[in-house]
Amino acid sequence: MNDSATAAIHFQEVDYAIFDVTILKKITGSFPKGKITTLVGPSGAGKTTLLKLCNGLISPTAGDIFINEEPISSYDPIQLRRRVGIALQSAPMIQGTVFQNLALPLELQNKKLTEKEALHKLADVGLAQPILHQKVDDLSGGQRQKVSIARTLMNRADILLLDEITSALDPTSVHEIEQLIIDLNCKYETTIIWITHNLQQARTIGHYTWIMADGEVIETGEIDILTSSTNKRVQRFVQGNLA
Amino acid sequence: MTYLTLSITLIFVLIPLFLSKTLHLQLEKDTIIATVRSIIQLLAVGYVLKFVFEAESFFFIFLMVALMIAVATDNARKKGKTIKGITWKIAITLVVIEILTQSILLGFGVVPATAQYIISISGMVIGNAMVLAILFLNRFTAEVEARREETELILSLGGTPKQAVRQPLIDAIKTSMIPTIESQKTIGLVQLPGMMSGQIIAGADPVQAVQFQLMIVFLLLTNAAMSSVLLGFLSYPTLFNERMQLIKRKR
Ligand SMILES: Nc1ncnc2c1ncn2[C@@H]1O[C@H](COP(=O)(O)OP(=O)(O)OP(=O)(O)O)[C@@H](O)[C@H]1O
Ligand SMILES: [Mg+2]
Repeated sequence: MNDSATAAIHFQEVDYAIFDVTILKKITGSFPKGKITTLVGPSGAGKTTLLKLCNGLISPTAGDIFINEEPISSYDPIQLRRRVGIALQSAPMIQGTVFQNLALPLELQNKKLTEKEALHKLADVGLAQPILHQKVDDLSGGQRQKVSIARTLMNRADILLLDEITSALDPTSVHEIEQLIIDLNCKYETTIIWITHNLQQARTIGHYTWIMADGEVIETGEIDILTSSTNKRVQRFVQGNLA
Repeated sequence: MTYLTLSITLIFVLIPLFLSKTLHLQLEKDTIIATVRSIIQLLAVGYVLKFVFEAESFFFIFLMVALMIAVATDNARKKGKTIKGITWKIAITLVVIEILTQSILLGFGVVPATAQYIISISGMVIGNAMVLAILFLNRFTAEVEARREETELILSLGGTPKQAVRQPLIDAIKTSMIPTIESQKTIGLVQLPGMMSGQIIAGADPVQAVQFQLMIVFLLLTNAAMSSVLLGFLSYPTLFNERMQLIKRKR
């Protein structure tokens, strides 16, 4: 797990602070290439902040991050963000229609999205045609989340960062999205980092897991450590979550 | 008008002073300060202008215009404190607009190249551009703040800073231009523009006064468009760092 040779992303003593408030402390660890790693921990633990570091939306205040063994600072920010895609927690939308949102990643590269491709992507996330030209303001929370996932997939990134992408979905949809991501992982060997508050989900989809609390990583390892860890803080978090 | 007749008009200052006193508005001090300041400032400007007009030297004209730009810049910069190097950006914007308008007016011989024309028109152009710059900066910083998530989304998908602020920038440019366009729709119907009234009182032919006013109206349209577009394109890059990240500011 700490062998950075097989790591898609490796953190080395990473700190992140903003306005002198420390949010992440001495983060060290790897996200294995071609695997699904779930990222769990209580609210405010710093999970979203960690994902934004990987996508280059923010930079560490100390320490280093390596993407495919190259320091993150050696990448052009635009190329990095296309290769390390992120689905943001709040599923933000640009004003306009679902189609405009799906076309956005391509439009940013001066490319066009055809209606057929858009419908295909919608089908992938379990949405049907009538929604394509709907204004995003009229979408339900769950539909928004699905559009946000489809939009992130447009860039065909080799690393995908997913921030609680199923929190607003019904159980059937949750299952569909899980299957979609697992398929991507199998078919294209896409590396996945998936933040979830649902430990059951973390266990069924993840190969590995990172457990965070108070800006620190308190445990990393194969997914079983969620139940087998002897770390008191991990046990407390898991029990609290399942209760 | 003589200084004697002018002093009679001080009655218009006594009325608010009296009202303030009886109604306990506590505005006596401010009213007096405002009156004294306007007397000193305008008289000073009057004598300076008289001197400059008589000297007919381009050096003094240049000095007057530079002074106007400096004062206008100082006024507007306070609105854009969050933008780095805003003072220079506003100054450059005002200089470009001034040069553009004067070269068109003087170049085509629309107005004669005399101190009277250059300074009065500069005053209007620079004053107006300053108000627009303030309006634009207010709007742009608010717009970017309100649409942080959208901006971050575009960056996260591999967009450039320019692509990320495009919509807030366009919206801010639009909103700061609308008042100019709207006010021109009712011009002359509700209120006679200041310059036109002044010329008419001074005895100019009303049609002549209208022609000049129309020129100013057209000028102000260019002004409105140019000041927000220039300032917008000069200031958006400072919202991002070299890693193309939106710079966070403490609220
Ligand atoms: N821009 C910011 N300014 C100040 N504090 C911030 C900022 N961004 C994050 N924080 C703080 O950093 C901490 C971690 O936030 P983060 O969003 O990473 O948590 P999280 O683990 O994703 O939580 P959740 O499960 O609720 O999404 C929180 O205490 C948060 O208030
Ligand atoms: Mg979060």
